[in-house]
Amino acid sequence: MSDPKISSTSEPSGNVTGASIMLEEVTKTYPGQKKSAVGGLTLEIPAGSIVMFVGPSGCGKTTTLKMINRLIEPTSGQIVINGEDVTGMNGDELRRRIGYVIQAGGLFPHMTVATNIAMVPKMLGWSKEKIAARVDELLELVSLDPELYRDRFPKELSGGQQQRVGVARALAADPPVLLMDEPFGAVDPITRQRLQDELLNIQSEVQKTIVCVTHDFDEAVKLGDWIAIFNEGAQLEQYDSPERILANPASEFVENFIGSGAGLKQLTLTRVNEVELLGTVTTTPGKRASDVLSQIQGAGRKFAVVLDSRGRPLRRLDRRQLSRAEIIEGTYDPDLPVVGEQATLNDALDTMLVASAESAIVTGPRDVFKGLITVQTVMEAIAAANASMDQDHEAPVGLNSGAINVVDIEQGSSSGESA
Amino acid sequence: MSAERRGLIFQLLGIAAAFAILVIWLVTADLTETERQTLDPATILKYTQQHLEITLISAVIVLLIAIPLGILLTRPSVRKAAPAVRAVANFGQAAPAIGVIVLLAFWLGFGARTAIVSLVIYAILPVLSNTIVGLQQVDQRLVEAGRGIGMSQLAVLFKIELPLAVPVMLAGIRTALVLLVGTATLATFINGGGLGILITTGVNLNLNVVLIAGSLLVALLALTIDWVGRLVEQLARPKGLS
Ligand SMILES: Nc1ncnc2c1ncn2[C@@H]1O[C@H](COP(=O)(O)OP(=O)(O)OP(=O)(O)O)[C@@H](O)[C@H]1O
Ligand SMILES: [Mg+2]
Repeated sequence: MSDPKISSTSEPSGNVTGASIMLEEVTKTYPGQKKSAVGGLTLEIPAGSIVMFVGPSGCGKTTTLKMINRLIEPTSGQIVINGEDVTGMNGDELRRRIGYVIQAGGLFPHMTVATNIAMVPKMLGWSKEKIAARVDELLELVSLDPELYRDRFPKELSGGQQQRVGVARALAADPPVLLMDEPFGAVDPITRQRLQDELLNIQSEVQKTIVCVTHDFDEAVKLGDWIAIFNEGAQLEQYDSPERILANPASEFVENFIGSGAGLKQLTLTRVNEVELLGTVTTTPGKRASDVLSQIQGAGRKFAVVLDSRGRPLRRLDRRQLSRAEIIEGTYDPDLPVVGEQATLNDALDTMLVASAESAIVTGPRDVFKGLITVQTVMEAIAAANASMDQDHEAPVGLNSGAINVVDIEQGSSSGESA
Repeated sequence: MSAERRGLIFQLLGIAAAFAILVIWLVTADLTETERQTLDPATILKYTQQHLEITLISAVIVLLIAIPLGILLTRPSVRKAAPAVRAVANFGQAAPAIGVIVLLAFWLGFGARTAIVSLVIYAILPVLSNTIVGLQQVDQRLVEAGRGIGMSQLAVLFKIELPLAVPVMLAGIRTALVLLVGTATLATFINGGGLGILITTGVNLNLNVVLIAGSLLVALLALTIDWVGRLVEQLARPKGLS
């Protein structure tokens, strides 16, 4: 998929096709404004990672993002992509090497889906055949049937589909870097969740460096490898992994920003397949109930899980039910608490609460039984996650030069007012 | 869409019917010798040709001036000048056409050339302001998306802004053409030729048939130009726009 001619800036290491980005003391002061929209920001964005920008409205997220592809020219400072200073190069050429996704996709309404996606490859002079093949490949990647959607106009697509095409267009020339400005802001919550999951799937395939602005802290936690929390003037309040931001908010500002649900947000950080599952006694329809009963008594379990011939859970039977029955029944219990192994602990806990059960059955690919997750497992996982916080990788560099100055000035002015 | 198509067909049928009635009336009417001479088909054809020539030459000049000017006035660096330029163009249209033509004739001399100059002044406004409005109503996020994926400013203008502005611009061009056809009638006052001659002759020599025939021909010509304009608008509208 990667085209060595195009992604000249990327240095393939393993699967990672992304490029590292370094903002060095970048400042943006809009003409006629006293305060800088972005003040002396130094930020390291590691290759192949997803970095989320969050912060209150007007704090400079978009400005910072657009300075990476120089849609907005920095007033001072350098932007370095994969070791190359791009601050002085031709902006149009730079932008052809950086994918850009905006809210609602930003598709050109007078062009078909295929033409929209083909814009950048055309500018780069690809052959027609190569472009056509690439368009289809990308539509597949974003889960749209090429036959069906290639020749449609944007207005003939749903909001979520437009957003997908927007992502496909951004990925067209296989750029090492993808910039997204509130990409999922304009779609309904269910579509948003699906698009988020899809982006994660795509990212696991393409391993780009993604910088994404969002208003939604939960989205930042879900998608981000690293989260940058900005205050006014793009002052970095905290730049760290979602785990550590939730566990140790760096300031009161961050604490307020992530809100009171922060303790529970740990639950969305861990996926079910990351915790140790409990084994249990399984059986199949047609077995003698008394045999199964003695098995679970021997194993010290409360119930047995009945699986169908493909290993999919059908129902569970506790000791009382087993002692009453003679033969194990094969009927399916629709109220069985089941979660997929990709679900978050939050989802698992939800499932257990809804079913008033203290454990849930975990299934893997093709709904095959994997084990049990209990309320206790969830609690232990949270405790363990909190404890392991400090052993995580080192966070990338992020700071504002003159940040101390700004604080001084602010304190000075506020004390001046009170005096 | 189909309603628009039907409208086009009706308009064409109406024009054809009116023209047929005019011809039948002229053929069957009891005309004097002078009337017969003035309304000789060859002569009328010559006047119509002159009329269209004046109109089309002015139209081309209008487009060549107003569209680039409109584009220029929507660029960020000169955007501030737009209101002033529009005020001037507004003045050009608000001034009575006959006054402009006669005044210019004293300055530039009598003849078709001066007629064209004054027609251009008169018809710039609709094209200019529709070009500006058409470009301004293009969603700025699309412009930004285009720049964001590495299109140059010029590429964004030609591939995104102008195509999306086409419907509004064409409406302005059609308005200008209709204005021009009508106003070109005044060219005759400064020896500029055109169908206006029929009208002035009709008035001066008190030939009512000539006067009526001339007026009807100008009206039919304007309606025909309007029809062609509408047709082009439909055909040139970018696909994918609702
Ligand atoms: N083109 C511009 N000209 C002047 N000032 C601007 C311009 N764009 C942004 N600003 C100002 O710069 C500051 C940062 O704006 P920016 O768009 O980066 O904020 P943001 O964090 O993206 O906000 P939001 O979450 O609302 O999108 C704001 O105070 C804004 O008013
Ligand atoms: Mg923004």
